[in-house]
Amino acid sequence: MVLLKGDQAAQDPWIRVADEDPVPDGASALLTYDRWRRDRDRLVLRNAPLGIILHSEQSPLPIADDLPRLGLVALEFPKFTDGRPYSHARLLRQRLGYRGEVRAVGNVLRDQLLFMRRCGFNAFELPDGADVGEWCSAFDEISVFYQPAANGPPSAMDLRWPAESPAETPVSVFGMRGY
Amino acid sequence: MYRYDTLDQNLVDERARQFRGQVARRLSGELSEAEFRPLRLMNGLYLQLHAYMVRVAIPYGTLSADQMRALAYIARTWDRGYGHFTTRQNIQFNWPNLADVPDILDALAAVEMHAIQTSGNCIRNVTADAYAGVADDEVADPRVYAEIIRQWSSLHPEFSFLPRKFKVAVTGAPQDRAALRVHDIGLRLCRDSDGALGFEVMVGGGQGRTPMIGTTIRSFLPEADLLTYLEAILRVYNMLGRRDNLYKARIKILVHSLGAETFAAMVEDEWHQLEDTGPALPAHEIKRIRAFFLPPTYEDLEATVPEFEARRRQDTAFARWCQTNLARHRRSGYAIVDVSLKPEGGSPGDIMAEQMEAVADLAKRYSFGEIRVTHAQNLVLPHVKLAELSAVWEGLAAAGLETPNVGLVTDIIACPGLDFCNLANARSIPVAQRIIERFRNLDRQHDIGELRINISGCINACGHHHVGHIGILGVDRKGEEYYQITLGGSSDETASLGKVVGPSFSYDAITDAVEVIVTTYLARRCQGERFLDTYRRVGAQPFKEDLYGIAQG
Repeated sequence: MVLLKGDQAAQDPWIRVADEDPVPDGASALLTYDRWRRDRDRLVLRNAPLGIILHSEQSPLPIADDLPRLGLVALEFPKFTDGRPYSHARLLRQRLGYRGEVRAVGNVLRDQLLFMRRCGFNAFELPDGADVGEWCSAFDEISVFYQPAANGPPSAMDLRWPAESPAETPVSVFGMRGY
Repeated sequence: MYRYDTLDQNLVDERARQFRGQVARRLSGELSEAEFRPLRLMNGLYLQLHAYMVRVAIPYGTLSADQMRALAYIARTWDRGYGHFTTRQNIQFNWPNLADVPDILDALAAVEMHAIQTSGNCIRNVTADAYAGVADDEVADPRVYAEIIRQWSSLHPEFSFLPRKFKVAVTGAPQDRAALRVHDIGLRLCRDSDGALGFEVMVGGGQGRTPMIGTTIRSFLPEADLLTYLEAILRVYNMLGRRDNLYKARIKILVHSLGAETFAAMVEDEWHQLEDTGPALPAHEIKRIRAFFLPPTYEDLEATVPEFEARRRQDTAFARWCQTNLARHRRSGYAIVDVSLKPEGGSPGDIMAEQMEAVADLAKRYSFGEIRVTHAQNLVLPHVKLAELSAVWEGLAAAGLETPNVGLVTDIIACPGLDFCNLANARSIPVAQRIIERFRNLDRQHDIGELRINISGCINACGHHHVGHIGILGVDRKGEEYYQITLGGSSDETASLGKVVGPSFSYDAITDAVEVIVTTYLARRCQGERFLDTYRRVGAQPFKEDLYGIAQG
């Protein structure tokens, strides 16, 4: 696995802990939602970073109150065609105001990175051997976004109607082109 | 018509460039077909029985003359000289080489077109009333909102991997020419008691193997809330729609299993929560888009034109065409011209490159350069002066496009069927051709009157057989092509699903069966009654008796 954070390869400090294994002291521990629920009372007393991994059918809404304690929420794509984590990422960022790391794990494809980032993901687990520079070039393939997003550059609406301009005519630099 | 600004253009150019890179990776072997598949589907490229097929988006069925010429150029340069208009107002090219597809996308981008989201489990190309802006019963122009939806839905980061494909249709008129009730979302423009503009929102209609009529979940949604409300519907669907079974993944199944009221309550709840973070639709943006759809500069014309009336009296062929292929324009002295793509011997919706160019020329000369594509797979010249109808008719006749059968028994909607599609169980096109040949007599067609036949080659229902007055579905019976008949379907504002009339018919018997149904109708109809009206009045029994004999009735 290669971890991409922002647009660079990064070391992964997080240790994925299987449900039956003990949670290591002092290390950044990534737990399943079930484990978190089961051992929550003890885990909150722990003095090291905690993260939760959610499967695609698990909404982040039930962990809303726990988010301030979490350094990482990992959203798993069991298949690239399962688009639920996109909605979950937006809920985390835009409804729940989560500012920590939101990581895409599972079946992450190069040509979906841009969608993921628009929805609020800021870390991505790439397959072994992935060329980080090549994968990152996917971020630059499209520069126009019609939808407001959880992060990233402004939308077409923002560019056409900047907040400071009077709402009479759209910004004129975007002229129409002829055939 | 809408014109791209540099943002719109950049997106389409970048998208074409991105796909060129993906195709290069596929051709070099870097990408396997399995890895390439989702990428090509995002760009409207299917792998069919014999070749790749590229489906080009024609947003809300609106084309300029220049765009039509570009389609003709593509057909001639990279395909076999023709294209196929679909029931979703798109055009398909059936024979491109993979290596040429990036050039096709570039040629499209040069005329402000693309193939984005014409396939895949995403929000598909939005459709609208083909008579938008010219229909005399229109409350407001649906193209304005369809363009807003086109932009909002293009490369939507959250909704590009939905449980299943998602189709939205918009109309601005009480008469439904956009089949709203069989779409995932149908939007009908209307005004509230204060005169403010908004939408009736219908959800959960669809065809396929589980056909359903959509339910209204909101009778009035203010126009400013359009995008946040759509976002709420899509989010509920994206999170809760079934992903375990391809055949139960459409939103209609979710709405049905939750109950429309529960579903509506969940949408309202989601909507109230995302009002602040969702996509705003400020009045000045609606105004900006509306400016592109202002009426052209019509002349003040008399409602009756003596030379037009005279020719109609003297020339039977012209009069027949006028009777079926013209619709009332909202402006005095103008007509809406329907151009039939259902000639005898042709395949429904197919058009040659030369014919595309002829339509483009006529549009430029007589219809302010505008063309529409209808969901019945025909074309429209939306604003033709009554005084110039003769010239338009002659121009169409010179191109073999003057078939006077719009809305009649030979104006058949059909999918490509087993001749092209790897999903099909049976052929559609030859069945359509045989029926068209059987009813070729124009006097008889006009006597039969409005009658819509829809043919699908398989249960996926691309030919919309569920909503045909007579629906024909190709099925496989022990390796042989058979055809099941449904009666009484309709996609208009009185939408209904057809009911199976009885056992299916063989390929050789299906044309006779259709003729029996028509004969039964003619014997039973009251003065002025359309086929659908008669069927709704007398029910299926008389048709069953005549098709199968009393014993089986």
